[in-house]
Amino acid sequence: MTQENSRNPLVPYGLVKAHMMMSFVVILIVVIAGLGYSMQFIDLYPLKDIAFFSPGRVRMVHTQAVAYGWLANIFFAIVLYMIPKLTNKPILSEKLGWFVFWAYNTLVVLTVVLILAGFGQAQEWGETPVILDPFIALVVVLYVVNVVTSIWRGRHEPYYVTIWYVLAALIWTPLVFVMGNFLPEFVFAGTGGATISSMYIHDLVGLFVTPIGTGMVYYLLPVLMRKPLFSHSLSLIGFWGLAFFYPMNSVHHYLYSPIPMWAQYASIIASVGVHVVVYTVVFNVIATMASDWKKVTSNVSLQFFLVGALSYLVTCIQCAVQVTLTFQEIIHFTDWVVGHSHLVLFGTFSFWAFAWIYYLFPRLLNTPIYSASLTRWHFWLSFIGIVVMDIDLLAGGLVQGFMWKSLVPFIDSVVASKPFWWVRTLSGVAIFAGTMCFFINMVMTWKESRLPKTSEVPALDSELARG
Amino acid sequence: MNRLERFSTIFLIAGFCFFIMALLALGIAPALMTSGIPEDGGMPKEIPAEFQVYYKDLNEYHEALFLGRDIYIKEACWHCHSQYVRPVGGESMMYGAVSTPGEYENLLNRPHLFGTRRVGPDLTREAGKKSNDWHFAHLYDPRSTTPNSVMPGYTWYYDESTNPPTPKKEAIAVVAYLQQLGSWVKDGKRTVHDLNEVTLPPAEE
Ligand code: HEC
Ligand code: HEM
Repeated sequence: MTQENSRNPLVPYGLVKAHMMMSFVVILIVVIAGLGYSMQFIDLYPLKDIAFFSPGRVRMVHTQAVAYGWLANIFFAIVLYMIPKLTNKPILSEKLGWFVFWAYNTLVVLTVVLILAGFGQAQEWGETPVILDPFIALVVVLYVVNVVTSIWRGRHEPYYVTIWYVLAALIWTPLVFVMGNFLPEFVFAGTGGATISSMYIHDLVGLFVTPIGTGMVYYLLPVLMRKPLFSHSLSLIGFWGLAFFYPMNSVHHYLYSPIPMWAQYASIIASVGVHVVVYTVVFNVIATMASDWKKVTSNVSLQFFLVGALSYLVTCIQCAVQVTLTFQEIIHFTDWVVGHSHLVLFGTFSFWAFAWIYYLFPRLLNTPIYSASLTRWHFWLSFIGIVVMDIDLLAGGLVQGFMWKSLVPFIDSVVASKPFWWVRTLSGVAIFAGTMCFFINMVMTWKESRLPKTSEVPALDSELARG
Repeated sequence: MNRLERFSTIFLIAGFCFFIMALLALGIAPALMTSGIPEDGGMPKEIPAEFQVYYKDLNEYHEALFLGRDIYIKEACWHCHSQYVRPVGGESMMYGAVSTPGEYENLLNRPHLFGTRRVGPDLTREAGKKSNDWHFAHLYDPRSTTPNSVMPGYTWYYDESTNPPTPKKEAIAVVAYLQQLGSWVKDGKRTVHDLNEVTLPPAEE
């Protein structure tokens, strides 16, 4: 155990802060684009007949901002903070880090502008324009080199499980990116391209978002609970399960498609294997918390962790159901899947990221969070928003699926979906409002940190250096 | 300690291997099982009669198909429309014959446009289901043909100074693209608009 009160000279605090603040801006784009696009479904789209804001383009901005703007930036920040602390070695170069920060975020802005200008690519989750792809790949590789150097230099073994997860994600991410953005675009057409691109869709979530997200929970949770993780070996089992099963999940995005059936069966079996991973994570998180529920109710970061873990559990149970061919017949192509996506990426990983932000941002700035009540509003609006959205979209998905199966004219299913789309937009308003509370809270905290200090900084938590 | 024995090295290799294994087994292998694009690109060999007013020769027609496809990509039509018919759920009655791997082997399907969401109906076999005029009206304002539609209108592909608005090159290209979707299905040979053997739900004209 080391005290955190003194700053650790190995951590590039400026960079961590920069990436983090960038993510605050991008999540605003995420919710604005999401809310805007959802209004198309209830005939209220505000920017009709303007090519630049064509709803389809806005949808691509929505998901790209989630992946490359919001999650990538916040993950970059957290990894830059965790890794030097865990390895006790600095990253390769802070200058390189700043170059990556500026280059990467320039590319994020260009992505948004170019997608709106009509240069989106036909790869789900990889709609970044084709001309930007090589540059993004390059910058991500630079980031990886920068951080992996720190791990490479550290000689302390065995590694804490977080390093495992992060290292793996850092190796996989550039590979996944190159695979998904170039192979279907230039090499494999039709069915073959779909096979590869399904791998990309899944690997971006499974090999980038999941391992980093899990790694960051395994780091911060023991710190906040002031006790070690419930089981380190369980976390390692989860890790190897992830490394082995996740890359093979891919084809479950195109079940019943012309892709060879054996590949579809293999992906279904691997998807069942992924349950091992999820249950280890959920169990570990809950079991670590279970020893001291009082602490959980008094700490906002822990509450975000808890909701994230519960969402993860629900997602996983959903997954077990929806990956079966019986269920696929009904729910594939419907809003059910969209509900699933929001529950994972918002309900789980974004909630875990928020937990980190409420912990780390005040420490970076040496200033307490501006308003506890804004924090509470953020938590409850997001929580209620995602619960309502998920239930609503699951139900809507079932309605759509069964109507299609009964072969009514397609438009009837559109009409029947509209009430669900209304509820989706309303729950989106709650999420949007929550995100605004979050944003204002963070900006005010940042503003306060720039005022001359009047009050004493609250005592900061002690920290677990290594498992 | 030997550098190679260091955990990180072994680990680096293991992580890399798992990924490559999966890519080969479940990505490249199935991808190679489908035949691949033929030498000539697998594009249609003739211009459908009703597009001969717009396109002089086959080259122009092919260019238009690519333009239509590119618009289909950049407007993310593929986020609301899928392009494969599944063998379940009565889809072949709704949309036409079940999709087979071979039928996607042409340059228009690189990148593939399978899609994962159906806000609107599947378009795999759209050719010939509606007239060109229906498509022009629908693309400009979907509610003019289908009152409860949630599909956006693409007015910027029309010249709005005339009444009614006249489709620009882009709108014509989109319709040309839609009207060839699935038209190749007979014995791998392109045959124009002959897919109405299956009973379709009544069109709302
Ligand atoms: C927001 C989702 C959405 C987007 C984006 C979208 N559509 Fe649609 N589309 C629909 C819906 C819903 C319907 C069904 C109602 C109707 O016929 O308008 C539909 C119907 C259609 C039909 C009629 C199919 C039939 O046989 O009945 C065609 C053709 C079509 N869309 C083409 C396109 C093209 C081309 C684009 C891109 C330029 C596009 N759509 C973008 C939602 C969308
Ligand atoms: C204001 C709140 C939000 C609203 C109203 C909203 C709305 C939408 C809509 C309408 C879609 C398209 C669904 C479709 O194609 O049918 C979508 C897709 C998506 N959104 Fe959101 N969104 C919101 C917030 C978020 C957040 C915060 C995240 C993640 C951090 C997120 C992640 C995603 C993802 C991953 C998809 C792709 C889903 C898929 O293709 O299956 N959204 N969203």
